[in-house]
Amino acid sequence: MTINEIQDEIIDEFSFFDDWMDKYEFIIDLGKKLPLIDASAKSDDKLIKGCQSRVWLDAKANGGKVQFTADSDAVITKGIISLLIRVMNDQPAKEIAEQELYFIDKIGLKEHLSPTRSNGLLSMVKQMKMYALKLA
Amino acid sequence: MVPPLGGQGVNIKKIRADFPILSTEMNGKPLIFLDRGASSQKPNQVIEAMDEYYKTTHANVHRGVYNLSQRATDQFEAARKTMQRFINAKHDHEVIFTRGTTEGINLVANSFGRKYLKEGDEVLISAMEHHSNIVPWQMACEVAGANLKVIPINDLGELNMTAFAEMVNEKTKIIAVMHVSNSLGTINPIKEITAFARKRGIPVLVDGAQATPHIKIDVQELDADFYVFSAHKMYGPTGMGLLYGKEELLNAMPPYHGGGEMIETCSFEKTTYNVLPFKFEAGTPDIAGAIGMAAAVDYIEEIGHEAIAQHEYDLLTYGTEKLKAIDSLQIIGKANNKASVISFLIDGAHPYDVGAILDKLGIAVRTGHHCTQPLMDLLNIPGTVRASFGVYNTREDVDVLVAGVARAARMLT
Repeated sequence: MTINEIQDEIIDEFSFFDDWMDKYEFIIDLGKKLPLIDASAKSDDKLIKGCQSRVWLDAKANGGKVQFTADSDAVITKGIISLLIRVMNDQPAKEIAEQELYFIDKIGLKEHLSPTRSNGLLSMVKQMKMYALKLA
Repeated sequence: MVPPLGGQGVNIKKIRADFPILSTEMNGKPLIFLDRGASSQKPNQVIEAMDEYYKTTHANVHRGVYNLSQRATDQFEAARKTMQRFINAKHDHEVIFTRGTTEGINLVANSFGRKYLKEGDEVLISAMEHHSNIVPWQMACEVAGANLKVIPINDLGELNMTAFAEMVNEKTKIIAVMHVSNSLGTINPIKEITAFARKRGIPVLVDGAQATPHIKIDVQELDADFYVFSAHKMYGPTGMGLLYGKEELLNAMPPYHGGGEMIETCSFEKTTYNVLPFKFEAGTPDIAGAIGMAAAVDYIEEIGHEAIAQHEYDLLTYGTEKLKAIDSLQIIGKANNKASVISFLIDGAHPYDVGAILDKLGIAVRTGHHCTQPLMDLLNIPGTVRASFGVYNTREDVDVLVAGVARAARMLT
């Protein structure tokens, strides 16, 4: 699937939820399921500093495509990361760098991207794109 | 039997009606505002006093020969008198208007530091201080080549007074401690600290940011050399605060900012400085802010400090009992003498996650390190969830919080 096909799939999944608590239940569930990042990758240079929760992100190139692993000490953040990884993992580096992530706005997560929430998500997306640019 | 809504002594219905924001919604739910520790909401009395000033009285102060400027000056100086009465300062010129607690501490750290801090001297602060009462002293110490020393705390989150007594020595030039902890709620024994320091001739600065909305302050009884606080945590406007300093010390200290108002005469060769309080009030002051802060004081005094303290104590004890009933919850900060702040953690859940869920339920709490990162490092926790109560909160607010926290705990663990 392409990045946009996955984004549309997520938007579709979220359309079933009536209120935020259901969305959070779903995101928390994703967070709990996210495969843990390798302990050696939890180093300070992989840390995306946010005010409230810590996020580690690692990327590897695999034949023109990029594979991401990540972790956070907050489970909602982890669930959101898991969505980002689902969209961008194993995609061509060039597309990761260039594709607009419209699903974040569509499923109502945009507020989590505002700098005032300071949970590092904005930096997380930036960092994923930076890795992709570097590996492209 | 559950006591009547809101404990004793305050007319909670009337008070809530004074705060327009309390009848708004957040995320489609009635707003439950439990973040007075970060900033309180504002009553109509404060909003209208500032509004009225701008509509009818505004002109620059201490400058104009015309009537309007005189009236603005009168109101501004009347606000100073109100503040003098509020903290029971001996003189009104010991009341310096600032932008807030942070500026007050920076003023003292900078001005007192330049005059009195020398290489090898020591500044004594405590382990529970807010960044605002750490960083300015670090900066002053760096300039002087002085050292910052930290009074430890015990397991309950109280100052270790034995260690304090041992740490004070002939190198100690100033002691700077908070009156009430924003993260733990601890009310510190300020009189004990000032009495000990007085015998050794060491001045004490008290960060009263969390104390003034809660406790009646008498700077002469406390024997504080400096007392600083912000208006916005006590139902007044943001960007406004107060530095109280003993006349003798303030007179001996050099000015902090240079500019208009703080000069007596100014020439390119030599400037002489104005008298107190103007020496420390460079530039056009926040006139409306001062009037708003005085209106907040009038508001507090009308309800009565004792009634407020009693009401908030009721919420503190009620909330603590209710929250403790949640299995996975632990209270952070168990001081015997505590203000209306409850910091807590849910085992296995990050404070941020708890706060994010409460937000969607319309409940505003603070999550994180509360600008006391060294304290959180010391307690070895990433931060806490903090509910802090104001005069307008009710037992019903606490019930909504407790139900929300229980729900968050179920979802997250």
